[in-house]
Amino acid sequence: MLSRRSSDVIVVGAGVVGAACAYYASRAGLSVTVVDRGPVAGGTTGAGEGNLLVSDKEHGPELDLALLSTGLWQELAELLPPQIEFEPKGGLVVAADETAMRALRDFAAGQRTAGVRADEIPADRLRELEPHLTPGLAGGFHYPQDAQVMPALAAAHLLRAGGDRVCLRLGEEVTGLLTTADGAVRGVRTAVGEVSAPYVVNAAGTWGGDFARLAGVALPVLPRRGFVLVTEPLPRVVRRKVYAADYVADVASGSAALQTSAVVEGTAAGPVLIGASRERVGFDRTLSTEVLRRLAAQATALFPVLAGVRAMRTYVGFRPYLPDHLPAIGPDPRVPGLLHACGHEGAGIGLAPATGLLIARSLSGAEPPLDPGPFHPARFDAEAAV
Amino acid sequence: MPASVSDPYDLAVLGAGAAGLAGAVTAAELGLSVALLDAAPQTGGQFYRHPAPAFGAVRPEALHHDWAAFAELRRRLERSDIRRLSGHHVWAVTKEDGDLWAVHAVTGPDGTGEQAVRVRARTILLATGAYERQLPFPGWTVPGVVGAGGAQAMLKSGLVLPGKRIVVAGSGPLLLAVASSLAAAGAQVPAVIEASGYLGYARHPGALAANPRKLVEAAVHGAALLRHRVRLRTRSAVTEVHGTDRVAAVTVTRLDRDWRPVRGTGRRIACDALAVGHGLVPQIELATALGCATRRTADGTSALALNAHQETSVCGLWAAGETGGVGGAPLARTEGELAGLAAAARLHGRPADEGRVRALRRRRDRMRAFADAMAAGHAPAAGWTDWLTDDTEVCRCEEVTAGTLREAVSDLGARDARTVKLLTRAGMGWCQGRMCGTAAACLAAGDGAAEPPAERRPFAVPVPLSALASSDDSTGGRPDAVPPVDD
Amino acid sequence: MARTPAELAGANPGASFEITMDGRPVPALPGQSVAAALWSAGILAWRTTRTTGRPRGAFCGIGQCYDCLATINGEPNRRACLVPASPGDAITTQEGHGHARIGV
Repeated sequence: MLSRRSSDVIVVGAGVVGAACAYYASRAGLSVTVVDRGPVAGGTTGAGEGNLLVSDKEHGPELDLALLSTGLWQELAELLPPQIEFEPKGGLVVAADETAMRALRDFAAGQRTAGVRADEIPADRLRELEPHLTPGLAGGFHYPQDAQVMPALAAAHLLRAGGDRVCLRLGEEVTGLLTTADGAVRGVRTAVGEVSAPYVVNAAGTWGGDFARLAGVALPVLPRRGFVLVTEPLPRVVRRKVYAADYVADVASGSAALQTSAVVEGTAAGPVLIGASRERVGFDRTLSTEVLRRLAAQATALFPVLAGVRAMRTYVGFRPYLPDHLPAIGPDPRVPGLLHACGHEGAGIGLAPATGLLIARSLSGAEPPLDPGPFHPARFDAEAAV
Repeated sequence: MPASVSDPYDLAVLGAGAAGLAGAVTAAELGLSVALLDAAPQTGGQFYRHPAPAFGAVRPEALHHDWAAFAELRRRLERSDIRRLSGHHVWAVTKEDGDLWAVHAVTGPDGTGEQAVRVRARTILLATGAYERQLPFPGWTVPGVVGAGGAQAMLKSGLVLPGKRIVVAGSGPLLLAVASSLAAAGAQVPAVIEASGYLGYARHPGALAANPRKLVEAAVHGAALLRHRVRLRTRSAVTEVHGTDRVAAVTVTRLDRDWRPVRGTGRRIACDALAVGHGLVPQIELATALGCATRRTADGTSALALNAHQETSVCGLWAAGETGGVGGAPLARTEGELAGLAAAARLHGRPADEGRVRALRRRRDRMRAFADAMAAGHAPAAGWTDWLTDDTEVCRCEEVTAGTLREAVSDLGARDARTVKLLTRAGMGWCQGRMCGTAAACLAAGDGAAEPPAERRPFAVPVPLSALASSDDSTGGRPDAVPPVDD
Repeated sequence: MARTPAELAGANPGASFEITMDGRPVPALPGQSVAAALWSAGILAWRTTRTTGRPRGAFCGIGQCYDCLATINGEPNRRACLVPASPGDAITTQEGHGHARIGV
């Protein structure tokens, strides 16, 4: 069945980044069709913890994007319903020893120059902030600008907030990019029919490389697997997002091997979420008891009160990883009318609004809120194998 | 017994009910080293649940059919050198290097023991039984409303009743057995309310011709129900429970063929308890986590897809009993034996006794066909969701109402059970969607046909973080934390 | 025709002992689960839910629904239908998650 519909822009992917693109585009007066082969938040968004962090990013373009995005999340939190569970709770990074503490100090100094607020917390004050933290840590840094949200609900409500300008086509797989005779975008072909629009945004997350391939260009997105442990419902035992200093090194690492570091946070609903693991094993969803053992051991080492608490479930997600740890955001010079908005690794939830705004500004020809240069989608062409 | 504590067993049997017992003793008698794990202190699973020895019950068979078959299995168990690991709750099974299986368990009567256990085996027999299917309705969370199978389980092992005047409702052949057990134990059972038009054995003796044992069962149930003056009402459902902190009465409403409540036909029955259930759901999460193929059963649940030798689609993993589709204890025993024979044949590298296998397969196929015919008559029809008001709690654990689920579908774009769960928390609580999974899937499907819930739960049971964190070198070769109580 | 379940099974249990529910003595028979002992005293609910504070007790009877979660001797979230009753066990009404003591 052929269906011809016309929008100003098609967004491929109904996760949090696609939702943000659709929202800000609609706010700029554009009509948007969001297409996804699955449901809302069917990919990595549904497996995310909901981190909105500036604390784990070093001075540089990703941090600038995160600072912008954090401010946008605060605006969105006032606009969207409370069901999205936005909590401006702050983050606490802890160091096990003096070496790690020194590294944190240097890191924070760099971040401060970008406008991040980072307060050093000496060892003897850590438990004022987090009473259940293990004694014997060397100290930590408090980042008041860190926040948390429930990712799937945030994506769903962002899509709704676009109102009549946003049309959702779920359960519809994009099978090809439609171009004019001179190679400019004119729409997409799906399993159900064709959707026409002069602009298409690749917000397909961990499958952004696959979609790029459909469009005839290379974008080397790889899956980086992570497990999360979910505990039984608890009262508030962890006030902020708390993580060990080695988390930052893991995020920045290019290694494919398993890396784990303790990340613990409570949720409004009650369970505590425990992460974080990173490894490149393709899309293998098989349970790894070794990963879970490490996550549980690290979390209970940080918060001994958790030893007697039960994990009710675990889930797995695949972060979209690009080789230089920066997302691909903006128009693709190789295909006029194609834009990319993917490859955010583990920071997609936090960076979604800024990404959406960048895309919307690009689509409407308006001034970008910051320099999009570092996120240029074709920057891998020199090294990429097609 | 394996030669040393670190040697793997030839076969780990998960579940010591009818299927697991039969599989374990069959394999052991053929020379395999077998570990038999079960969460309970006693063998028997759900079907042969019985009071602990401390009760001094001299007539446990009063609450059971075919007790003799169970007693025989127990005797064979005692004579074997099967390693019994009771009070072991298996939370996952994984594949290890060298093609071995690792069975991960926590211990204690409710799995809160600090000890983490890992049992290694060359082959696995999954005989984890089933749990009761529920379809929510207004007031089903009021104390005094219990599962039909649940009321029977509490009676069989605790010798207690949830009330004095108990209505039995829902759907499926189990309801009659429950009603007659409750009545025989001294409860008033004013009525059995069956949603389908079919009341199983009591109404269609013709279907029982090939299954003579079922005929006897039916006659026993039928007679018992007559004697206890229990009214049977088909094409009806309990659509409301009255009482705030305790059941005081229920409203029973007629249903059309689509299970839609017919307006104006509600009738009140005074009672102080309601035992309700809609058949059984195979307990298969340990297998789905390993990628085992499933099939849709005649009454709309997911069961493991098995070959003629009871093997799943994953090599080295067999299943028997309810996990392959609900069919009762004699079928479970037959399948358990077949699985035990198949595992032994695989490990010995030579085929099992042909004659024995042939006879067992014939018996199994006959009983499976009967079970499937029974199931088809009781599949819930799509109209049942009409009896849900917007404030009916669908997810008991997280207290998520039907209205919230409906909104996720109509307003937030949820079109499948997983997304409904993600956007509403239904199924994210302690029971991980066992009680609400069917209902959530039906509501997610809207006007379309509901998919049976996928029964995916990476942890089959909640796991203490201390147990997850331990290096669990133990192979279950040490004495049990909970010594076998019985038998 | 039996008038009680015990009669039906011909039970002759050892001496009954006492457990308590919110301080109130409840007789229990050796071999009974905590849930069964409470049922036999007509007590069907021993906790309240997290969000709406409604009463809950045993539902599925086989440890699969987790509605029977009880605080036994101060330890929350024990499945009462699985845990055997022991002399002197103190059951206290569990509120919500049962972990109020560790909340900050």
